Amino acid sequence: MTFHRIVAAAALAVATVTAPALAADKLVVGFSQIGSESGWRAAETKVAKMEAEKRGIDLRISDAQQKEENQIKAVRSFIAQGVDAIFIAPVVATGWESVLKEAKDAKIPVILLDRGIDVKDDSLYLTVVRSDAVYEGQAAGDWLVKATKGKCNVVELQGTVGASVAIDRKKGFDKVVAENPQMKIIRTQSGDFTRAKGKEVMESFIKAENGGKNICAMYAHNDDMAIGGIQAIKESGLKPGKDILVVSIDGVPDIFNAMAEGEANATVELTPNMAGPAFDALVAFKTGGKVPPKWIKTETKLYQPDVAKSEYQRRKDLY
Amino acid sequence: MNRRFLPLLMTTSVFVLGYLFCSFEFHNFATVRVICNLLTDNAFLGIVAVGMTFVILSGGIDLSVGSVIAFTTVFLAITIEQLSLPPVLAFAMILVIGAAFGAAMGACIHYLKIPAFIITLAGMFLARGLSFLLTTDSIPVNHPLYSTLNDVSIPILSGRLSLIAIVMLLVFVAGGILAHQTRFGTNVFALGGNLTSAQLMGVPVGRTMILIYTLSGFLSALAGIVFSLYTSAGYSLAATGTEMDAIAAVVIGGTLLTGGYGYVFGTFVGILIQGLIQTFITFDGTLSSWWTKIAVGVLLFAFIGFQRLLLIFWSPRNRSAESM
Repeated sequence: MTFHRIVAAAALAVATVTAPALAADKLVVGFSQIGSESGWRAAETKVAKMEAEKRGIDLRISDAQQKEENQIKAVRSFIAQGVDAIFIAPVVATGWESVLKEAKDAKIPVILLDRGIDVKDDSLYLTVVRSDAVYEGQAAGDWLVKATKGKCNVVELQGTVGASVAIDRKKGFDKVVAENPQMKIIRTQSGDFTRAKGKEVMESFIKAENGGKNICAMYAHNDDMAIGGIQAIKESGLKPGKDILVVSIDGVPDIFNAMAEGEANATVELTPNMAGPAFDALVAFKTGGKVPPKWIKTETKLYQPDVAKSEYQRRKDLY
Repeated sequence: MNRRFLPLLMTTSVFVLGYLFCSFEFHNFATVRVICNLLTDNAFLGIVAVGMTFVILSGGIDLSVGSVIAFTTVFLAITIEQLSLPPVLAFAMILVIGAAFGAAMGACIHYLKIPAFIITLAGMFLARGLSFLLTTDSIPVNHPLYSTLNDVSIPILSGRLSLIAIVMLLVFVAGGILAHQTRFGTNVFALGGNLTSAQLMGVPVGRTMILIYTLSGFLSALAGIVFSLYTSAGYSLAATGTEMDAIAAVVIGGTLLTGGYGYVFGTFVGILIQGLIQTFITFDGTLSSWWTKIAVGVLLFAFIGFQRLLLIFWSPRNRSAESM
């Protein structure tokens, strides 16, 4: 161990002389990303890089491979590096207290992207940038009411059981259903946010509902399940988008493709641009001392087939 | 004697060279803070790796350690938060459970003569499954003792040596003494060298075998406690794949995968090397973190190849050296 110490000390002496000093005027931001488990996640990372470049910010990204311990390690490393701010897209909501305290002690502001965390002291982070998932479900429901004049038997493909996004997207949609007495959710089951499961569940729905004749629309908590569901509808001999309306949430390129082909009817976008608003809030905070609200809501927009082609082109390289 | 230290020497030089390289490359790398972070962030991995060193030295393998860590964090979260047991009691309970779990696996391996790989694979599924049965959510632990323990640290210049890092260092010291200075340690080496000749020499094979897995189970539970402190939460998906990281650390540390040869200190350096690669990637900020796995894979391959070569060159010369 003493040998290490001596080497470390020697290295320190040399390093302080030779290491390139961080440019003083350029903002350095460390970003602990969950991983690249989905197309959306990859797009979020890509957009973050683009937004950083636009603003001349030095962004350092660490992929946590879905593990909280890796995220905590990354945050500690960022603190040791002395970055100007830390962005975290937290993989779970718990366990952040002690490492965020370290960041606070080092006076490094922390901004959460896309998901919130459970901490007693909310001064541990500056703000959360995320969408309003309840509103997303509501927007999907509102569209369906308009398209069917409020008279519709809906089957619902839920997200992963217990995932907060799935709970909220259901809540928003249920609210609309409750307001329209002739609209009913006749079947609902989890498709785990995946295409394969979405297809499987939709197949069983069609079988159970008289070959799909009782179903007026399919509402999926994400686009991937909707695409699986579309496949199932096609295989049963019905026309997705006509015999059974398809509405889902996320706005991934493939759903725009399906819309262009008339197989899907609407998607509510969950924007991958979480970093952009976060950078803006950070710059305002750093330069003007402006404290942002605790929740920066991202814009929620519903897209229909009329813009599907151009939206597909715009997104296909992002995801 | 010199040759015995060769793998250890190689591992250590890889670490030192790597550390020097990073220090030249990055601003703020050559600080005590980074070293302390290395120890804190890898504390749970270090503790299981000590247990794993004993298991591998004896010629076995323990795949259950990551799952036992997850089970421990879930168990602690539930007993402390939902059943409001005092944390110290919960700690004691889980250490006993972990040790018993290991002992049971050791007994199966010895008495039923089933390969360790299969038994501990079953143990891995069992422990992971049990934690999912208890909860699929991540449960936060808000007991005041947790934040108190997390605040305990020895400040060293810009860094702070946290309690969990100290626990890991102590486990390494104790493990080193146990492996290299006690009769139990000698028996472990004998088991890994050649089981039959160990038996003929009168080594208590059954007892040693059960004790080895008991130790590994106990240390996994201890690592689980450390992990629980580290994240202040219980999560059934925690520490997936940790068993593989621990095995990698042991092998990179110069322990022979077939058993009978190695050093606990080597494992410590093996842990530091893995941590160093991760820190390098975070500091760089543009590389995919999956390079960690690739680098560890390459290192593993290189070290196993190196050990193989050593064995080939070693065996004939060893005999002539003994006759001298």
